[in-house]
Amino acid sequence: MKYLMLVCVDEHVEEDADPEPWITEMESRGIRQTGNRLQPIADSTTVRVRNGEVLIADGPFAETKEQIGGFDILECRDLDEAIEVAAKHPAATFGTLELRPFWSGA
Amino acid sequence: MTPDEAAATAFTEQRRRILATLIRTTGDWDLAEECVQDAFERALSRWPAEGVPRNPGAWLTTTARNRALDRLRRDANHATKLRRLAVETDDPNDELQLLFTCCHPALPLEARVALTLHTIAGLSTEQIAAALLVSSSTMAQRLSRAKRKIRNAAIPYRVPPPELLGERLPGVLAVIYLVFNEGYSGRQQLADEAIRLGRLLRHLMPTETEVRGLLALMLFQHSRARARADEHGDLIVLEEQDRSRWDTTLIAEGLTLLTGTGSPYQLQAEIAAGHSTARTAADTDWPRIVQLYERLGALVPSPVVALNHAVAVAMADGPAAALPLLDALDPTLTGYYLLPATRADLLRRLGRPAEAAAEYDRALALAPTEAERRFLSRRRRSVEEVVPPIVASVDRLRTRSVDDGHDGRTH
Repeated sequence: MKYLMLVCVDEHVEEDADPEPWITEMESRGIRQTGNRLQPIADSTTVRVRNGEVLIADGPFAETKEQIGGFDILECRDLDEAIEVAAKHPAATFGTLELRPFWSGA
Repeated sequence: MTPDEAAATAFTEQRRRILATLIRTTGDWDLAEECVQDAFERALSRWPAEGVPRNPGAWLTTTARNRALDRLRRDANHATKLRRLAVETDDPNDELQLLFTCCHPALPLEARVALTLHTIAGLSTEQIAAALLVSSSTMAQRLSRAKRKIRNAAIPYRVPPPELLGERLPGVLAVIYLVFNEGYSGRQQLADEAIRLGRLLRHLMPTETEVRGLLALMLFQHSRARARADEHGDLIVLEEQDRSRWDTTLIAEGLTLLTGTGSPYQLQAEIAAGHSTARTAADTDWPRIVQLYERLGALVPSPVVALNHAVAVAMADGPAAALPLLDALDPTLTGYYLLPATRADLLRRLGRPAEAAAEYDRALALAPTEAERRFLSRRRRSVEEVVPPIVASVDRLRTRSVDDGHDGRTH
């Protein structure tokens, strides 16, 4: 089962958390397929098409403090394994990790 | 036994096991439920003509399994499920795995309760909706959303491994106790189901201390079900209950489950056992109950435990000793009717009826059920009656003189 793990953190909180050991472990277990950190939300752009017109905006700036700061794609046996993997990520202690299963077509 | 009775007995005893096996082997909850239902319907139509099979459980299992095979064969996409279903047999762990899946922490709590009642206890969507006071369509949605999440998010169908069990078992016990408490205020069927689940879990995990503790706790509380309300459904408090109406079989069963290990459900069960074994209310060993509440409060600090502790202190050392404990609770338990109700009771016993009456009013405004309001009103009337008559008549005189003054006719 494939999961997208969204790493949501408060951008204004400086946390000294090195994800390298986690990445090494999860890649050696064949769980982490890929992933990356993202630039801050200030650098993101929103695109919408309404009535044939392309609407472009800065943002999105949501009300929540935590924003998506990175993502990982995981291949796990089941949700329990994905939870175990997420709980080991250093950001779990100060941010929030969201596990979203991939659409399976069913 | 008539064929109908045999089918009904088989349904009660075997449904859960057959369903659990089919869910495990097909991984499809809806399909499994339909096929089990179908097998029982076939039993009802065939057994009267063909006779009851020698092993009704095996007949039902085979019929349900064949039905599932038929259904899956029609759809080529299900080749994997079909292979598993064809080769796998019963596993004694199936029911336990199903219970842990229904209570997985990735599901919202209300869905865990609903799914457990539906899948393990076998209640219909309508029955659960009625018991939990939501509409049938809301309940149907809640159940199908939970089943969908189990499938799409790949919630595993298994008993968690030992390293996760300590973390997951309390959640399962909490769901069972929640079901029991839903049944406590009159919805008897839920209390019965919770006890059945408790016994099942105890049977499947005989050495788990807290499984025994929870079952014991429920048995002690349930042993008083007949004595807890009068013929109008009004509450009868513990000290006024007719102890000859307590169910001694349940109490005896509960006592065999106590392990003296001092874990949260065990401690609560020991407190309940303290009440259950006292021959009269006056015989209750209150100092020991105070002690047990202190240990429980140290383990699971909660304002409700602290409130019960205060009540026990009032019984052991007198109401005056307990009043300051209630005052300390005030900020944390706002809106909980038992706090003013308890204070009212202490003030009543201290001979301060006017203050007691005011606390009863506060409790009345917060009481959740009609039966509780009737109980509180009755208690409130009893303190009105002991308001010293001399004070009452002085008040009345004062009122009259004021009225008379306005009236201007007396002088």
